[in-house]
Amino acid sequence: MSDTDDGWSGEVFGLIKEAGISLITTVPDAGLTRLLNMCSKDPDVRVVTLSTEEEGVGIGYGAWLGGTRSLLCLQSSGTGNIINGLALPAFAESPCLMLVTMRGQEGEGNPAQFPMGRAVASVFEAMGVTCLEATDNKEVASYFRQAVDMAFGEGKAVAVLIAQQVIGSKTFGK
Amino acid sequence: MEMLNRREVLAQILENRGNALIVPGLGTANYDLFAVSSRDENAYMWNAMGLTVPTGLGLAIAQPDRRVLVVTGDGEMMMGIGSLSVVAAQAPKNLSILVVDNEMFEETGAQTGLSATCVDIAQIALGSGIQKTMTVNNGNEVARLAEFLLEEEGPVLAVAKVGPSADKPVYPTMDGPGIVRTFRAAVLGATNA
Repeated sequence: MSDTDDGWSGEVFGLIKEAGISLITTVPDAGLTRLLNMCSKDPDVRVVTLSTEEEGVGIGYGAWLGGTRSLLCLQSSGTGNIINGLALPAFAESPCLMLVTMRGQEGEGNPAQFPMGRAVASVFEAMGVTCLEATDNKEVASYFRQAVDMAFGEGKAVAVLIAQQVIGSKTFGK
Repeated sequence: MEMLNRREVLAQILENRGNALIVPGLGTANYDLFAVSSRDENAYMWNAMGLTVPTGLGLAIAQPDRRVLVVTGDGEMMMGIGSLSVVAAQAPKNLSILVVDNEMFEETGAQTGLSATCVDIAQIALGSGIQKTMTVNNGNEVARLAEFLLEEEGPVLAVAKVGPSADKPVYPTMDGPGIVRTFRAAVLGATNA
């Protein structure tokens, strides 16, 4: 993935800093590369690579117990991995902020991505997570700001979904 | 050989708890901690099986000057076993993990666990990159275990092989938001909770 401006990563990074988020947990995705690179280069932001996305929910809960704000970044295919974990912030009414880059939507080159891609919003909603889906790169920052306020202001679980049309599609040579 | 009494082992470890923050896994670890060291600095877990170590890791990152101790069972640990590699990669000096290994799912009817036969959790920890591990089978080793968990530079993981619970469960609060409020007030001060 090139490092050219995607129209949202820089703004989201600015909001991460502004919100005092100092911990990023992630199973990476191509669409998150630019943002994760910015976070990795910042000496005040710690990026934790996970073995499964669910760990990010636990790390985020523990960090909140200790006074640190965190963000879980994942590809939409990881949504299925975190259902068990989402019971924790729901039970505790504690913040759970997520940024999800979508696969399995229009333009997807890999049909294996469709089942999870189609289920993402309903899975999140079933677990009480509010979804804000940005279908244009200009919407990402405003949704992210709203999500930060809901998570850390109201103790909610919130996922900002970035639609595949914003990220671009992996075409698999088609 | 007489099997270790899990609640007595935990009580002995926590005789010199100091200001350690403790995250007990759901089930008997939760009840034992409540029985032997009921404090505001206990982050009782009631769900999200497999996430006790990640919760301890997040806490250890947020509170680098406090010892953070995860106490959990073998079944709970197995469900989140990949998190040991995340702990090793982050290498928090203040994080200790105690796996209270009864080799069964006692909470659900004492069904045989994976560690009863082929799985060695301390070996998995070593292979995950946690370089300091300890396995304890008898009472003579518990004093050293306490020192290992509370004094040794982390990350460390110990397995205590124990018998079935000899004591009745006692239950901490099930008020999820209350657990968070109480814990944060104790650690961060009332105004930040």
